[in-house]
Amino acid sequence: MVRVKQFIRGALLLEFVSAFGLAMRYFFRPKVTINYPFEKGPLSPRFRGEHALRRYPSGEERCIACKLCEAICPAQAIIIEAEPRPDGSRRTTRYDIDMVKCIYCGLCQEACPVDAIVEGPNYEFATETREELYYDKDKLLENGDRWETEIAKNLAMDAPYR
Amino acid sequence: MSDLRTIKIDGVEHDVPAEYTLMQACEEFGNAEIPRFCYHERLSVAGNCRMCLVEWEGAPKPQASCALQVKDLRPNRDGSPAHIKTNSPLVKKAREGVMEFLLINHPLDCPICDQGGECDLQDQAMAYGRDFSRFEENKRAVDDKHMGPLVNTIMTRCIQCTRCVRFITEVAGVQEIGLVNRGEDAEITTYLEQSLTSELSGNVIDLCPVGALTSKPYAFNARPWELDKVESVDVMDAVGSNIRVDSRRDAVLRILPVVNDDVNEEWISDKTRFVWDGLTRQRLDRPFVRENGKLRQAGWDEALALAAEKLKGDPGRIAAIAGDLCDAESMFALKELMGSLGVQNIDCRQDGSLVGTGSRESYLFNTTIAGIDRADAILLVGANPRLEAPIINARIRKRWLEGGLDVGMIGEVADLTYDYDHAGETAADLVNFSRASTGFAAALKDAENPMIVVGQGALVGEEGLALLSALGNLMSGPNFAREDWNPFNVLHTAAARVGGLDMGFVPGEGGKSASGILDAAERGDMDTVYLLGADEFDASRLKNSFVIYQGHHGDAGAHVADIILPGCAYTEKDGLYVNTEGRVQMGMRAVPPKGMAKEDWAIIRALSAAVDRVLPFDTQSELRDQLVEKHPTFGALGYAPGAVASTAFDVSTLGKDGALSSETLRSPVADFYMTNPIARASNVMAECSALLDGPTLAEAAE
Repeated sequence: MVRVKQFIRGALLLEFVSAFGLAMRYFFRPKVTINYPFEKGPLSPRFRGEHALRRYPSGEERCIACKLCEAICPAQAIIIEAEPRPDGSRRTTRYDIDMVKCIYCGLCQEACPVDAIVEGPNYEFATETREELYYDKDKLLENGDRWETEIAKNLAMDAPYR
Repeated sequence: MSDLRTIKIDGVEHDVPAEYTLMQACEEFGNAEIPRFCYHERLSVAGNCRMCLVEWEGAPKPQASCALQVKDLRPNRDGSPAHIKTNSPLVKKAREGVMEFLLINHPLDCPICDQGGECDLQDQAMAYGRDFSRFEENKRAVDDKHMGPLVNTIMTRCIQCTRCVRFITEVAGVQEIGLVNRGEDAEITTYLEQSLTSELSGNVIDLCPVGALTSKPYAFNARPWELDKVESVDVMDAVGSNIRVDSRRDAVLRILPVVNDDVNEEWISDKTRFVWDGLTRQRLDRPFVRENGKLRQAGWDEALALAAEKLKGDPGRIAAIAGDLCDAESMFALKELMGSLGVQNIDCRQDGSLVGTGSRESYLFNTTIAGIDRADAILLVGANPRLEAPIINARIRKRWLEGGLDVGMIGEVADLTYDYDHAGETAADLVNFSRASTGFAAALKDAENPMIVVGQGALVGEEGLALLSALGNLMSGPNFAREDWNPFNVLHTAAARVGGLDMGFVPGEGGKSASGILDAAERGDMDTVYLLGADEFDASRLKNSFVIYQGHHGDAGAHVADIILPGCAYTEKDGLYVNTEGRVQMGMRAVPPKGMAKEDWAIIRALSAAVDRVLPFDTQSELRDQLVEKHPTFGALGYAPGAVASTAFDVSTLGKDGALSSETLRSPVADFYMTNPIARASNVMAECSALLDGPTLAEAAE
């Protein structure tokens, strides 16, 4: 009896037809893949991408060299040096992040009392050499300037949950 | 001490000395931890922060435990002992209330505060603080005050504990900080916006429990958690203050005191504390050789080979002078090398002093620094302890404040922060002084524990020996040398001096002393002079000789040098130092040597191989073993002999008879902030030194 059933199924190419049906069903469904880099997937406001140092709207850099991010960094990727600026305020003279060491845990962002160091939404910063991933203060501030709108939006969206 | 009272601390009965404060009793007997801001062991009790409140069962209010003594406690009505609670709900509530009041006007600027991470207020707020504020009015702001180039003030952070006021008035002895106004208007001020003039002013930075007074040179440099901490010994003066050197990577970032009740208690002088910026300037970081009148960079092999060649000549025309900052190991190595070459012209007394060839007691601070606490009459001869050893001066002042201490002085008049009888200006005045029977002379003769302190300024040359001899006569009275008391004290100014004298780094048979070496060099009778960090003389007198300078800073010696062998400063090498009491202490390496520099003993060891007189040690511990074997005093770390051998000490052997000089006895320290190559290289010290000369021209023109 089983053999007969199998024979009929085989003769009618039922499995082929159902597989073809499945393929067709998926063929007409919307695609799950996206056409990266022309299309990109959605990101959570909490996404932890490339670091950036932010500024106040006045253009004054936020970072006050409290070194809490340096202290908390589990990968010890951050190095900060500071001294009084001529106007007497406390500012960094050096703010380096070794993006190769960084594990993107986001603790620096958590530790920062003035929301200066943040992990922005950018994840497209692959480089051809290792050296390009040793970020200094200028690079980080430039990132901040470039991504400020996005970062500010993300922080605002995340604020109610903090 | 025998007056014991029974009190109950947290439910357990203890027998506690009556003169203890409740805070001492609770911490020592009850193992309780009592928070405090204004209370400090070495200052008077102010009782104004109210953080140390404890509950005295039956009393209507919580009590400030720093100000209440055990003897003030009355037993309960039923005769049972008074009960002190340190962790009851009432105590916790009271302390939380105090903390809330303290935080009302304290700014929330911990992230930019240099005290962050080592702040008493921060720590105690973790235990007693709320996580929110109920205070909705405006916080008060206070103008920052000017306290000179060392102390930075952010007065809004001040909680008015008045530790700084009490330190400056009591310990430092200058009334330059005070608290003015009351209540919300209360402010710590320097009255006239003047710089602090005390040599101990840096200690207020350590005392400040919050970030109101911070170190100006260290401002924003580093956080306490990122520093490597090494306990070491200071070499700025001969006190040998115990210090902690904080460094990050290869830079020394600050120097703090370490408590040692026998030496520096918990203070250090400003020179000790702020000299670190000199450690990165003017450094000799590679060997140099002079060619056609100009120094050019060279390799170690070349420099050592050239030096060795120069040391192979007639030993009578070779000399070595050791400087003031050398560790004992390098001096010992140099002495052994010179000994093997047959050189007798060696000296560690570059100031021209001839003292230090007799028994060990004849050149030590025999009473010991802690012994000052027992003294009841002190005669200073040609010494200005305030400039030569501020820590010892503070100790004398502490004893003087207790009362019952007479101080006399022969020498230049100076403000020592305590009253003294001025008994003369010159060594010759000592004759009259010893004949006098009134005033301080009588007090010294009648004193139970008299002290005579001779400064380096009085001990230069033959006159110095004559002065010592005269002092020996003065001390022949019965109350002077006893079994438990040695009144004779030499106040050294050089950290290396006692170590050098202990190992006999003095002219050998027929050898010349430092001044003899310089005279001979000036005449052209000295072919080669080896300077081991020696800079404190007129180096231009050496221009007729070939000078080998081994040291760490480009100072006087390096300017005339024909070969420079770069060595290590005191923070870069392990080394033994002997302070003016004869206390051997070990300095530890905190940072690596600069550039191509090497440890000093290793340079001399390498040089010995180049002259074919290989010294018999390959490591520093082998060197130390040999040093201790030949000079056993170096083996007793941390030990000061004091009066141990005072009965065998014959004062009549001191010095040599001669005519007493009639010139004014001056301290060798003319400028406190500029006494050694490291200090002279320091910007901070230069700033302080400039202030000594009075206001600058720009200010005067205003």
